[in-house]
Formats: sequence, structure tokens, C-alpha cells
Amino acid sequence: MDGALFTNMLFATVVAGTPLIIVALGLLVSERAGVLNLGAEGMMAMGAVAAFAVTHATGSPWLGVLAGLGAGMAMALVFGFLTLTLQANQVASGLALAIFGVGLSAFIGKPFESVALPTVPAIRIPFIADIPLIGEALYNQQALVYFSWALFWAVLWFLARSRAGLVLRAVGESPAAAHAIGYPVVLIRYLAVLFGGAMAGVGGAFLSVYYTPMWMEGMVAGRGWIALALVVFATWRPLRVLVGAYLFGGVMITQLFIQGSGLQIDFPSQFLSSLPYWATIVVLVVISRNPNLIRLNSPASLGRSYRPDA
Amino acid sequence: MTDRRQFMLSASAAALAAALPGSLLAQEATRIGFVYVSPIGDAGWTFQHDEARKEMEAKLGNSIQTKYVENVAEGADAERVIREFAASGSKIVFATSFGYMNYVERVARQFPNVTFLHATGYKSGKNFGHYNARFYEGRYLNGVIAGRMTKSNILGYVGAFPIPEVLQGINAFTRGARSVNPNVEVRVIWANSWYDPGKEREAAMTLISQGADVVTQHTDSTAVVQAAEERGVYAFGYHSDMSKYGPRAHLTATTHHWGDFYVRTVREVLAGTWKPESIWGGFKDDMVRLAPLNPAIPAEVRAEVAQIEEQLKAGSFHPFAGPVIDQSGKERLSAGAVMDDVALGKMDFFVQGVASRLPNTR
Repeated sequence: MDGALFTNMLFATVVAGTPLIIVALGLLVSERAGVLNLGAEGMMAMGAVAAFAVTHATGSPWLGVLAGLGAGMAMALVFGFLTLTLQANQVASGLALAIFGVGLSAFIGKPFESVALPTVPAIRIPFIADIPLIGEALYNQQALVYFSWALFWAVLWFLARSRAGLVLRAVGESPAAAHAIGYPVVLIRYLAVLFGGAMAGVGGAFLSVYYTPMWMEGMVAGRGWIALALVVFATWRPLRVLVGAYLFGGVMITQLFIQGSGLQIDFPSQFLSSLPYWATIVVLVVISRNPNLIRLNSPASLGRSYRPDA
Repeated sequence: MTDRRQFMLSASAAALAAALPGSLLAQEATRIGFVYVSPIGDAGWTFQHDEARKEMEAKLGNSIQTKYVENVAEGADAERVIREFAASGSKIVFATSFGYMNYVERVARQFPNVTFLHATGYKSGKNFGHYNARFYEGRYLNGVIAGRMTKSNILGYVGAFPIPEVLQGINAFTRGARSVNPNVEVRVIWANSWYDPGKEREAAMTLISQGADVVTQHTDSTAVVQAAEERGVYAFGYHSDMSKYGPRAHLTATTHHWGDFYVRTVREVLAGTWKPESIWGGFKDDMVRLAPLNPAIPAEVRAEVAQIEEQLKAGSFHPFAGPVIDQSGKERLSAGAVMDDVALGKMDFFVQGVASRLPNTR
């Protein structure tokens, strides 16, 4: 394999993994607080359409990303109101949110279907982008790629090292205990859900403004569901989310390169297309095979409503 | 309100019909239903069908009234929508996706007085016909242009699924390119999805970084054209003219035009002369056209393309005229013969010049 090809593959892998990382880390935080929001696909779709519309109107991808973030949060707020205030079932509400978001985004996005946005130029980090092989692939990327790395460190630090992260995890493990020692469980869960929605919105914005600069109905194409699955298979650990997302992206890109190389191989392309899914599942299951650790890592109150007794 | 308008409409239609004996105008506007598999959007398969529907409305005016339902999945929902059209008084139903076939067949048996037309399928019945277009003719012309425009001699093709319709396109494209430039090879990546812009884009990017300098796609989004624009290579649109998504990259597109066929079919049904038939039209029938050519294409290539286009229209040239040699060197059709429609419809091989292996061959 020559160097340019490797750089191209690495570049594409990082890009393919980025929306998954952003969305999955957001979901991870909300699930660590004990709230299971299956509406990621809908929040991403709304984020994508809002970001596209605002970028198109203002010409600024940054304002677009902010709009995507806002749209994701607005969707999450609806979900929070249903499940945290009205105590509705989280699974049912999340599924409804996913379907609702995809449909509503199609409705809002109708006038934007004929529009194409200019490609947003990459940001080149001086000096380190000159490192052979990996420099161009890692440090000549879109702003949101760098954001995904910052987000990863921030979430890692927040959950493992900060007091607020400890409280959030306590809420996810035992809301009753957290309530008993005086923490506002519902408020904390609201914040976690809003964060998850915001990140899903940013992930959607990445798709419509940076990745494929256009809007079309259904363009999220299942990435919200993949991000949800990633969080579970990564047993709610940020590092494993990162590994899983890049693995998924990497295997997808590799199979495309194998197909495009014109090599005479006898694997059916359907098999190659399914490779990213099961490679990610197998690897994440193997690295988190200890059932005790899974039980330890999964938030004990995940998906359960909590009503503080007044 | 609706009733009154309905009444006035039919009254005026009746007056007209009386004034014009033998005219095709019915007593009342004939209701026509369209079932679309995806949202109409601004380019693509369903968009072209909807353009044809509008053309039909413009040409047939008040004698018809069309309705459509978009984004109907190829499953039990489709049967419900098709039956609803038939039950609510539609005289003609156009079902525009392959996967509707068995549902159309079932509903057609229950509504013998309604005429059903199904796109891209192969079944028919007493009140049930099917139609399709010879997209591969346009692909052949695209191939000729690609063969002349490429410098790397590597052409990239993003396919959805390895089914005969897609293979016809890839093979015609390859044969067109090799007819003017025997050194080219075509590399194919299967997205295994009709619609996933992210994946289509990655597939195009992959082909481009492996040396392809002309790419095209048989999927439903404009992502491949956009990727080509971004990387400074050429691309072809499909279904619709996609030049606004890549003004510099877009060489031309194979576009679909169902309008004339729809208008003719409706006239025949109204006149009672319609017979179930299987239509497979190409350049000759004006069902397939090329979008305007990119100014970057030199005059002699334009002339070459125009000449073959004339031959296609005259019926004197067929993209799959023998010898047709497959990838392994086996002769599938001998010199002098022309591939018949049955063989075309069952196509399950790559021709010589495609570098990638076909996934399901054993």
C-alpha cells in the first residue's frame, strides 16, 4: 500500500467516524444519567435540516452548527418534558421522537432540496499537518473533527474526574439515593438529555453542512441508530465509543477501497457492506466481555422514570 | 364547496363533450393516481415521474384529475395505497417502483375496471401493463464521452445493487467507453443501498483517490456529482440533470422522460383502445435523453455522440450488438447478433473492461 492511499483511507475513516462520535458521546452522557433516548435519528435529522437552512441563509457554517445544536436541544426538550415531567415511558417516547423528527425534518426541508452548499474548507493545523502519512489525514480536517476530539476529552474528564460528573452518574445509578442527599434529580436529568440532544443536533449538522453539503429527506440514513448501538456495545465508556466509531468508519472505508481497487476478490459485496457492523460488534463485545464489568458500567436506573416524592 | 366545483366541472365537461362529438373528454374528470416510492425532491427517479404527471395535467387539462402519494415503502403500505386509489374512483393507477409489482397484481384482479400500470416490472394482466425505459442507451453515450475525457483511463461507478437494470447500465457504459478508448477500465463499488448520501459520497471519494477521473452512479442522490465537483474530476448525472450540483464536473446526464408515454396511455384508456402491453422505450421513443453537454467536451466528441444518438433514434445501433464478451473472456453473444430483451432483462455478468468482480457469481 502506498503512502498516499493510506493517508486517503485514514482521512476518510476519521471523517466517517466523526458524526458517530459526537452523537454517541452525547447519548452516553444522557444514558449515564439514567435516561434512554432512542430519538437520536430524529434529533440528528432536525439538527441537519436546521443547520442546512441557517448555513444557506447566512452563509456561515458556524451559525449553521449552532442552529443544529439548538434544534437537537429543542427536540430533546420535548422528550424531557414527556419522560421527566410527565413520566412517560422512555422507550416509547424515544421511538416516537425518532419518527417525528425524521418526518418533521422532511417537511421543513422541502424548500431546501434543490440547494447545494459550497464545501466548507478544512482547517490545516500548521507544522503537525506536515507529519508524513498521518499529518494530512488528521490535522487538515474540518473544524467539527477537532471538536469531536475535544468533546471526547471533555466527556472523559467530566465523567471520571469532575464532581458534577460524579453526581450525574449517581443520578443514573440510584436516583432515589441522589434525591435523598439533596440533588435535584429531574433537573440533572433534564440537563443530561439536553446535552445529548445538542450533540445529536451537531452530529446532524456535520452531515448536512460538512460531510455531504446538501439536504435530502432521510439523509441521516440510520446513523442515529448506529450511535445508539455503539453506546451499548461500548458499555457506556467514552474511549470504547471512540474506538468503535473509528473501527466502524475504518472498516467501511476499507471495504470501499477493496471494492474500488479492482482486485479480483471473491467476497460478495453484500458481505463487505455488512462488515463494519459485525466487526464493530465483535470487537466491542470481545473487549467488554466481562459480564460483571458490564453490569458495573451500565447505569442501574437506565430507562426507568423517577418521581421524587415531594 | 367541493361538490359544487365538481358539478360545475363536470357540467362544463359535458357541454364540451356535446360540442365536440367524438372528443376524448369524458363526462367527468378521470381520476388518475400515482404511487411514488420516495419523496419527490428536486432530482431523481420520483422527480422525473412527477414531472411527467405535471406534463400530463398540462396536456390533458380538465379531462383528468391526478393525485399522488409519495414516499410509499415497497411493502404492505403500497398495497393499501394502491387499493385506496382504486376504491376511491381512480380509473388509472401508475405504480412507479419495481417492488410494487405483486401488490399491483393483486389489486388489479380485484378491480377489473381500473387500469394499472407498473414501472420496471415484468408482470402484466388484463388490466395491468408494465413499462420501462432503455436507460442503458444513455449510459452507452456517457461511456463514449467518459472514454474520450479520461486521462487516467480509470472510470468509477457507484452501483446500488447488482441487479440486471444496474448491470445493463455498467456494461453499456463500459462498452461505450471501450469503443473509443480500449485502454479504459471501469471500477465498480456497490453501496448496497439505493439512498445513503454519506456512503455514496465515500464510495465516490474512494474511486477518485484510486485514480478514477470520471465517476458516475446508479443510486438516488446527487452526492457522487458533488464529490466529483469537490475533487475536480468529471461526473455524470442520472435520472435528472444534476448540473447545478456540480456545474464544472457534470458532463451530462441520462435523463428519464415519461410524459409522452403517460399522455398516450391515458388517451388510449379514455378512448377504450388501451391494451395491456409491455413498453420498453429508449431514445427512439424519447423516453431517454441526454442532458445538455458540458462545454468542456470538445466539438469532435459532441459530433461523435450526436451521431450515435441519431443511430439509436433510427434503431440502426444497439449498445449490446455482438460480439459481447464477458469479464472472463467468454463470448456471451456472437458477432452479428443483437441481444434480445429477454437476455437483457436477465443480465448477470460484467463485460470485458470492468475491473471489479461481480459479487454473486460463483
